[in-house]
Amino acid sequence: MIFFAPDISPILRIASIISFVMVTAALLLTVVRLILGPSLPDRVVALDLLSVLAISFIAIYSMSTSRSVFLDAALALALVSFLGTVAFARYIEWWSDKMKDLAASSSEEPQHD
Amino acid sequence: MTDVIAAILMLLGSAFALISAVGLLRLPDLLIRMHAATKAGTLGAGFVLLAVAVDFGGTGIAVRAIATIIFLFATAPVAAHLIGRASYFVGVRLWDETIVDELRGRYNPETHELDPDLYDPVVFRNVRRTSSEEKSS
Repeated sequence: MIFFAPDISPILRIASIISFVMVTAALLLTVVRLILGPSLPDRVVALDLLSVLAISFIAIYSMSTSRSVFLDAALALALVSFLGTVAFARYIEWWSDKMKDLAASSSEEPQHD
Repeated sequence: MTDVIAAILMLLGSAFALISAVGLLRLPDLLIRMHAATKAGTLGAGFVLLAVAVDFGGTGIAVRAIATIIFLFATAPVAAHLIGRASYFVGVRLWDETIVDELRGRYNPETHELDPDLYDPVVFRNVRRTSSEEKSS
C-alpha cells in the first residue's frame, strides 16, 4: 500500500501524516459512539459522521499519493451516504408509527377469557 | 506556496473532524450531539476538499472537489433535519437540563404535523416554569 507519492513536498507529507492520525482518531471515537449509542437515531448520526470522515480520509489520501482518481470515490460516497441517512430517517419514522399502532391495537384488543 | 496553504487547510479540516468526533462522543443528548456531528464534521470535510482543490490546482480536479463541497453543504442540513424529526417521533429522551421543548403541546403525534389547534399556553408555560424552578432550586 502506497501512502506517499515520491515527489510530494515535505510540508505536505508532514501535514498529511498528522491529518491521517487526527482523522483516524476521529473515526475511532465515532465508532465508539456507534457502538454505545443508546438509541437508533444516535447510531444513524454516528454513521453519517463516519461517512463524512471517510470522505475527508479519502481526500487526504488522494493528496498524499497525488492521485486525483480517489476524488471520484469521495464524491460517490457523499451521494450514497446522503441517501443512506435519508432512508434511515424514513425507516425510523415508519418504525415508530408501526410501534404506536401495535401498542394501540394491543391495548384495544378484547380479552379472551 | 500552494502546498503550505494546502497543508494549513488540511490540518484545519482534520482538526474540525477530530473536534466533531469528540463532541459526538462527549455531548449529553442526541440533538446536541447532532450539533457537533453535522456542522463541525461537514466543515472539516469542506476544508480538506478545499485543500485538495488548492493542492492539485487543475481545473477539472478543483471543479470536482468544489462540487463535492457544494453537495455536502447542501445535503448535510437536510439529512440532519430528517434525523432530528425522526428522533422526536421516536421520543428520544432530551437532556435533563433542557430548558424548553417548544414542540411540546403544539405538535400532533398522529399526523406528525404542527397543529395550531393543539397549542396549549398552559402546558407550554408550565414546561418553561417548572424547568426554570428546578434549575434555581
